Amino acid sequence: MFIVNYIKNIFKGVKSLLVGMRRTGYYFTHHKEIITQQYPDNKETLNLPERFKGEVVLIHDENNEHACTGCTACELACPNATIKIVTKFDITAEGKKKKALDKFVYHLELCTMCNLCIIACPTDAIKMDQTFEHSVFDRKELTKILNKPGSKIRDGVE
Amino acid sequence: MFEEIGTTTEGDLIINVGPQHPATHGVLHLVITLNGETIKKLEPHLGYIHRSIEKMCESLTYRQFIYVTSRMDYLSAHINNQACALVVEKGLQIEVPDRAKVIRVLMAELTRIASHELWWGAMAMDIGAFTPFFHAFRERETINDIMEETCGARLTMNYMVPGGVMQELHPNFQKKVKEFIKLFRLKVHEYEELLTGNIIFQNRMKDIGVLSKEDAISYGCTGPVGRGSGVSCDIRKLYPYDAYDKVQFDEVIETAGDSLARYMVRIKELHQSISIIEQLIDNIPEGDYQAKTKAVLKLPKGEFYQRVETARGEFGVYIVSEGGTTPHRIKFRSPGFSNLSALNHMAKGSKLGDLVAMMGTLDLVIPDIDR
Amino acid sequence: MWSFSNIADSIQNWLNQTFSATWSLVMQMLIAGIAVISLFAILGLVLVLMERKVSAWMQIRLGPNRVGPKGILQTLADTLKLLVKEGLTPAGADKILFNLAPVLALVIGMLLMAPIAFAKDFQLWNLNIGVLYISAVSSVMVISILMAGWASNNKYSLMGAMRSGAQIVSYELSAGLSILTIVVLCGSLNIPDIIYSQADGWWIFKGHIPAIISFVIFIIAVTAETNRAPFDLAEAESELTAGFHTEYSGMKFALFFLAEYVNVFIVCAIGATLFLGGWMPFHIGQWESFNRVMDYIPSSIWFFGKTFFLIFLIMWFRWTFPRLRIDQLLNLEWKYLLPISMINLLLVTVIAILGWHF
Repeated sequence: MFIVNYIKNIFKGVKSLLVGMRRTGYYFTHHKEIITQQYPDNKETLNLPERFKGEVVLIHDENNEHACTGCTACELACPNATIKIVTKFDITAEGKKKKALDKFVYHLELCTMCNLCIIACPTDAIKMDQTFEHSVFDRKELTKILNKPGSKIRDGVE
Repeated sequence: MFEEIGTTTEGDLIINVGPQHPATHGVLHLVITLNGETIKKLEPHLGYIHRSIEKMCESLTYRQFIYVTSRMDYLSAHINNQACALVVEKGLQIEVPDRAKVIRVLMAELTRIASHELWWGAMAMDIGAFTPFFHAFRERETINDIMEETCGARLTMNYMVPGGVMQELHPNFQKKVKEFIKLFRLKVHEYEELLTGNIIFQNRMKDIGVLSKEDAISYGCTGPVGRGSGVSCDIRKLYPYDAYDKVQFDEVIETAGDSLARYMVRIKELHQSISIIEQLIDNIPEGDYQAKTKAVLKLPKGEFYQRVETARGEFGVYIVSEGGTTPHRIKFRSPGFSNLSALNHMAKGSKLGDLVAMMGTLDLVIPDIDR
Repeated sequence: MWSFSNIADSIQNWLNQTFSATWSLVMQMLIAGIAVISLFAILGLVLVLMERKVSAWMQIRLGPNRVGPKGILQTLADTLKLLVKEGLTPAGADKILFNLAPVLALVIGMLLMAPIAFAKDFQLWNLNIGVLYISAVSSVMVISILMAGWASNNKYSLMGAMRSGAQIVSYELSAGLSILTIVVLCGSLNIPDIIYSQADGWWIFKGHIPAIISFVIFIIAVTAETNRAPFDLAEAESELTAGFHTEYSGMKFALFFLAEYVNVFIVCAIGATLFLGGWMPFHIGQWESFNRVMDYIPSSIWFFGKTFFLIFLIMWFRWTFPRLRIDQLLNLEWKYLLPISMINLLLVTVIAILGWHF
């Protein structure tokens, strides 16, 4: 009886090993199953979903106008002090002083892409961009000013 | 000098496994006293990636602190976030829409599958089989893509907000999840072939690192580690939250308490999670994905606790509120910490090679242990 | 016809005619040494690339594909990298032993090359106890590993070395016993004799089931002897970081790496010689026309084809199975392989005495 069990065990063990080898052998011969994506080569065809959170950008339209009123809702919503809004006072046509955006400072190096600022924005002025290659040689380059030079707030956005 | 630190008078060998070691999957430091190959004593040293998350959360508002918990147990980031959202909802008595509840459960189960897939591969790598790692990542990648499409990120999604979820589901979500279920059903038998049935694997796992039911309870082991020892500790079953009371699933319990039992619990849980997803994916109720909440959340004065079942076990959030916009004190009960504490008990008397297998079945995520 | 033995003969004739007998011998030795070293280099490059490609395809990856067409120059680039890296010697290490160990590992590999027949009548050293020589020299391999582990002054290295010592010494036994079955069958320790005895069919076919059993045992034992997964306990990446070569870097590490692959090649070449007929083409008994067609394929291609098939088999093991534990490893040897190979040897002896083999 002992001998029978002994031999049975050996056969069972060998069979279980062969089953595993059949599986790896299958993949060895079926190169269709390879799932590697060769990243820098497929850059053109790489489709990132539109919700992918890469970095915060201020949306500018073709007239170089944005929708940021400088309300600092995003700055308050940010958990890491990533956003710093610097405001200035514009003189409107009626001669009134009006608060407006001077500098939208964005510290990419501090950002955790939590999306809270996008949700907090009452005028949908900012959005998440799909860029993801953020490495730079100097850390200073990661501190960005999001509003383009000469841009101003779109008419009618309060 | 080397001798003084290294060997004690009894001829014991003290070795440091970690902070940098291939088997610890992070910066865990284990000081092991060895007698030949046999472990006499094991001492986990923590603190290498302590980021004082609990203290950090005290300065963040109730909306902001949720994202930080993704950085604890990064493999079940969703479920951690869910716990935080739930505790805030409990405090403010927000009624979450049914749709949001179902979405949360779907996401949580997808996260659980992704986490178990990664565990399966990593554990196989620990005991020396490299190929399963890549095979597990193939399925996990599909889940990550689904997450990316809906939540905008692959690992630290921050998709749960107090009152529901952050965004509407992506239109492709249902289709993609169904495709994933199909792929999973097609590939899951490979797990049996490559590892579960393998004689070497069986011998490496059976009767290794036995944790009795009593010990599991006294060490506070939860999740697959506790259930592998026969402790019924599935929070989804015992204290259902979100939509878990509406779905049918079994609490997987194995009684052997060894490494193989813990392994089998996780493998069977994969199938349970798939069944939960299958039940819900066609029955997502219509409605809002988020309840209307105030702009500034202020928890009333008091103490609030919510526990959820992450892929690793019971995760609890305990908040003491003084009525302000930020928590006065916050404490996380992380499953990995308690599970790790049982390692010394399990490892005593076994071989060094077994320790690696045991650590694999504990499924340790170091940032979760060391917050 | 073009063949390795013709080339060797013509070189020898030319040397004998041009120089005196002593100088001719010296030059022949030099040529042989250079040939072995260059074979080592080529083997290292080819086998490492092969391992990486095999592992990649089994793991649904592409493998190296950047350096050169289809990545074939990848290992060359790696070698270049290792050459320019600093070969660090730890402060507490035993410097002489530490630096000697990788060289010793390689020298043993070179010694083992001597009696292997690479092609028809093409051999460095035709000695009448070739098989015995191989099993004797290959067991010296453990010394270099123990040396490296001890001299590194690192606990992981020491444990790796100790494991490796226990492992190699025990698996020597069943490897030796399975080699013996073939020696019993053909009645000679001389490698050309063994190969010529397989002219009407390889031993794995002629020797019935016992030969197949001893082939399987041989493959398992040599996998363990060369410290390859699932028996890579001396390295055991997830347990001992890198085992006996934890402290090695740069070219010294590369020598260990090379020695591992060369050893794999050698044991597979021995396996091919003993069980699969070495350079002997695939012959079936009295089928003259079939045998003649097979003879058209050069003998060196037969030899390398068989050897690389066995190497692929060992790589297949490595990328499929989990690692054994040290006590299970010894259990496997002492409780399974050794008794089976002993009974097997007895069976083979009976078969050989009664002349039941083909």
